[in-house]
Amino acid sequence: MKGSKTLIEKFKNFPQLSICVGYIVMFILLTALSEDFLTTRNLLNVLRQTSSTMIVAVGMTFVLITGGIDLSVGSVAALSATLSVAFMVNYHLPVMVSLLLGLLVGTVCGFVNGVVISKLNLPAFIVTLAMMSSARGAALVYTNGKTIVGVPDSAIKFGQGYILSIIPIPVVVMTIILIIAGIFITKTVFSRYIYAVGGNEECAKLSGINVNRVKIVVYSLSGLGAAIAGIILTMRLASGQPTLGEGLEMDAIAACVLGGTSLSGGKGFLFGTIIGSVFLTTLSNGLNLMGVSSYMQQVLKGLIIIAAVCMYERKKK
Amino acid sequence: MEEKYYVEMKHITKSFGGVHALRDVSFRIASGRVNVLIGENGAGKSTLMKILAGAYHEDSGQILIDGKEVKIPNSQSALEQGIVMVYQELNLVPGMTVMDNLYLGVEKARGGFLDKKTARLAAQELLDMYNLGIHADDLIEDLNVGKQQMIEIIKAVSKDAKVIVMDEPTSSLSQKECEELFDMIETLTQDGVGIVYISHRMEEIFRIGDYITVMRDGEYIGDWSVKEIDQNFLVQQMVGREISQMFPKEPVPIGETVLKVENITKEGVFENVSFDLKRGEILGMAGLIGAGRTEVALSIFGRYKVDSGDIWLNGEKVCISNPRSAIVHRIAYVPEDRKGQGLDLNSRIRDNISISNMDRVGQGGIVNTGKENELVEEMIKILRIKTPSSMQLAGNLSGGNQQKVVLAKWISREIDVLILDEPTRGVDVGAKEEIHKLIIKLAKKGIGIIMISSELPEVLGMSDRILVMHEGKVTGILDAEGVTQEAVMEKATAVNV
Repeated sequence: MKGSKTLIEKFKNFPQLSICVGYIVMFILLTALSEDFLTTRNLLNVLRQTSSTMIVAVGMTFVLITGGIDLSVGSVAALSATLSVAFMVNYHLPVMVSLLLGLLVGTVCGFVNGVVISKLNLPAFIVTLAMMSSARGAALVYTNGKTIVGVPDSAIKFGQGYILSIIPIPVVVMTIILIIAGIFITKTVFSRYIYAVGGNEECAKLSGINVNRVKIVVYSLSGLGAAIAGIILTMRLASGQPTLGEGLEMDAIAACVLGGTSLSGGKGFLFGTIIGSVFLTTLSNGLNLMGVSSYMQQVLKGLIIIAAVCMYERKKK
Repeated sequence: MEEKYYVEMKHITKSFGGVHALRDVSFRIASGRVNVLIGENGAGKSTLMKILAGAYHEDSGQILIDGKEVKIPNSQSALEQGIVMVYQELNLVPGMTVMDNLYLGVEKARGGFLDKKTARLAAQELLDMYNLGIHADDLIEDLNVGKQQMIEIIKAVSKDAKVIVMDEPTSSLSQKECEELFDMIETLTQDGVGIVYISHRMEEIFRIGDYITVMRDGEYIGDWSVKEIDQNFLVQQMVGREISQMFPKEPVPIGETVLKVENITKEGVFENVSFDLKRGEILGMAGLIGAGRTEVALSIFGRYKVDSGDIWLNGEKVCISNPRSAIVHRIAYVPEDRKGQGLDLNSRIRDNISISNMDRVGQGGIVNTGKENELVEEMIKILRIKTPSSMQLAGNLSGGNQQKVVLAKWISREIDVLILDEPTRGVDVGAKEEIHKLIIKLAKKGIGIIMISSELPEVLGMSDRILVMHEGKVTGILDAEGVTQEAVMEKATAVNV
């Protein structure tokens, strides 16, 4: 039974087949159309640009699998990053401590989301929409809408630095996170709980799963991801900007959706999310090289998302 | 008397990817009669009905409507021919009124504006025809399931239905609601509507049916007038073998008291419920829908909180605040609603079974897939779950096999108390017998079993003692030895209380 036929079957049933094929086609087209595209420097650049969206999208994937959504990630990224910069610039705390505190801020925001959603039983859309507004507001209040400058060099390297003088540090961070997330979502007991909660919450409860805890953990992880992404973006700009990460939630959700994760819960693919975010960044990178305006790029992005979702829906039938 | 057949399906064959779902099946629907279609799950009833409804297309064979050969390419054309399906999952908008639902898509309007007055009058007239005591302005969500189902049927009638297909219409109805439905069916048949009635409940079939068609393994076995045959004969035809004994109950040594429930009360739901359960004992819980049996069970399992009362396990008073702690206390609960509570239909059989056993297949937070597969394969073998592999989605299984998966989630654990809520609802005769045998096997292992069932023959045939509830109160705990259905029913309806 389990011969080459099943391998072909597996390949055919591989959910991300069409997006992968689409990516390869796009890759070949861009290589042909722009001579700057297929260079090591540019491809590493694409990966660096992807890193922040991808890290947020990983957390988002977990949230979406439970049947929730997290709209607050962009604002949480801004709040954690500005506070992190403030700790090192205004309070002269050591860089590492400031960064860890920043991560803590993001995690706490996510934790609050999770607690309100699970314990008060409110819709995730509303709760995270509120957090989106409040976290952004808090960042603006704290900085009075101004940019914090004077970030120490030892911190800036997390956005601008390289390892082996060629691989951008954000790419390394992203890779480590992806490996951990990959093990987490395929091997751990907890990952089964995440899928079970999204698949059928009542069934999960009656199977003895602490549904509230599962939700709190995924939103906390999403908040943590947002904070990491926020810090990477901030260090790339070398300043704490309260307006950072606007629209990040939409990019992350788009990446998940492109990768086949369902917004109705119970289904999600980390691999799909990886392809999805690389796809979106490669697209805008290529279009930039070809001199297509960023306005036109937005139009194209929208069309591609719709096309991808159509493919997944057709596959279901 | 010469019957008029509105629909005749002849020599229908249909296969999916080389597997024959239907082989040379014929089925006739007589106008003004109740045409029962019966067969075990997987016999091909649904496939046949989906062909009639235009959802599937026959590979070969003929469909005659009113004597003329037709093709039914889609559901729209089935509707045009007057063929309407009433599904178990209702197609109504809960937040809208009865009248808006009745005219959904065919709104009464004048020049683009809703004509509520005409709609209300017409709707009320329809409703009154069936004496339902429903107002056209009632919200669907305020009606009980039985009434909702009737609205669905009325909607069908208002669309000039010639044939109404009802798939297990009574599976979630109370006795009283069933009676109302039967009255309605009678009115419909008098008006010349042909009813196709799919059900597993023998009593019903013999009560309201006119003709019975039996299917087995995708084949047509035969059709009879109800008057010609009896239950035993019918069961034989369905399973193709003789079931000597409907209930395989055998004496099991009864041990010590394992669970004691003392005066538990949940306000407005049930009050002062007390009983005890011994090792090896099967305690049947009988009562009408809404008597509070499921709520009592879910409270023991920690899903609901009780307002007062105590629960004792093995002589120790315990506090069970959620299902997790119930599981720790070695209690298991198999819910009545497979799709809503028991399973995640979109996930694999393996994941469904192992999700309640993570404490055993997990090691340091990581799933040990070797152990997991071992457990799952063992369960598939013991319960004889019919599936090509454990990686199949649970939603692809038949009702009986889905129920076995729900059982598999729990029976592999070391448990003291097993609560089964309607363990054989919507399950075919063969699987039912297997589940009954399994229950006895578990009782033999010394597990105390509480079995909630709305099927009296099942409660009587399987239980050692029977606890009867009526409107949240225990009206009697009877010794099953020598008790009659009537005696249980009296307690359940509180006739003599």
